[in-house]
Amino acid sequence: MVAQNIVFGVLAVAMGLAAIRVVTTKNVVHAALYLVVVLAGVAALYILLAAEFIAVVQVIIYIGAIVLLILFGTMLTRAPIGRASDLDNDQRWLGVVVALLLLGVMGSVLADAFGSTKLPKAPQIQRTGDVGLSIFQTYVVPFEVVSVLLLAALVGAVVIARRD
Amino acid sequence: MKALTTLIAMSGFLREYLTVLVFGAAAVAMVGAMLGAGSLLRPKRAQLQKYISYESGVDPVGTGWSQSQIRYYLFGLLFVMFEVETVFIFPWAVRLEDLGLFGLVEMVVFIAILALGLLYAWRKGVLRWM
Repeated sequence: MVAQNIVFGVLAVAMGLAAIRVVTTKNVVHAALYLVVVLAGVAALYILLAAEFIAVVQVIIYIGAIVLLILFGTMLTRAPIGRASDLDNDQRWLGVVVALLLLGVMGSVLADAFGSTKLPKAPQIQRTGDVGLSIFQTYVVPFEVVSVLLLAALVGAVVIARRD
Repeated sequence: MKALTTLIAMSGFLREYLTVLVFGAAAVAMVGAMLGAGSLLRPKRAQLQKYISYESGVDPVGTGWSQSQIRYYLFGLLFVMFEVETVFIFPWAVRLEDLGLFGLVEMVVFIAILALGLLYAWRKGVLRWM
């Protein structure tokens, strides 16, 4: 348990530093790359919670796909993608106030809902195989509906991208 | 007693992932050692020409930072779509034998429906590189 706490501490510090760099770096593309560090830390936290499949999904979807879309999004715009000094403006103290307010609201909601719940000493281990069994034996119809949803998203993306 | 057994199972689970951590650390250490050895051993004579990107012996034009084409974004979106498909194939592949023929049929239907989307994109000429 001690080793787990040490790992959690290291991860938390690394994620915190990377998160600060996301908002302080002068280069938008570097901000997206620091976001990769934060998201990888989240994946490692899922491993610590014994949620193996969620960790893999975090790596595949967030680090693989979402960061790719963010990078493409910034590279497509005319935004300054190199070093830019005019990314800052005078709203940063307002931003700090809003962030603290958000932290307070979310923290109080969490404490209100789960304040008295105790985590089990060791979490239930969720192996990927168990997830597979429940998807392909219990939730067969929702799984096939997901493919239709993805198809709709794909066709929508093609339609939006090509207006002819 | 039950708490103790789950605790032991948990530490076994994390020990499996310690292998992943060691593997990653070895990769980082190897790259660091090679680059470090290179920077220690090589002669250092700085010249401006040496810092220009090398591309087939031709001097590069413009900067490395430039606006990319909208065309790439569509490929990015297609990539995201099929990556979500991968997320579902992965747990299926882990339990392939337990799920048997029924699981295979489910997965074929899933991939076939998504292949329709790829077919649509192909027919619309999105995949053609111009």
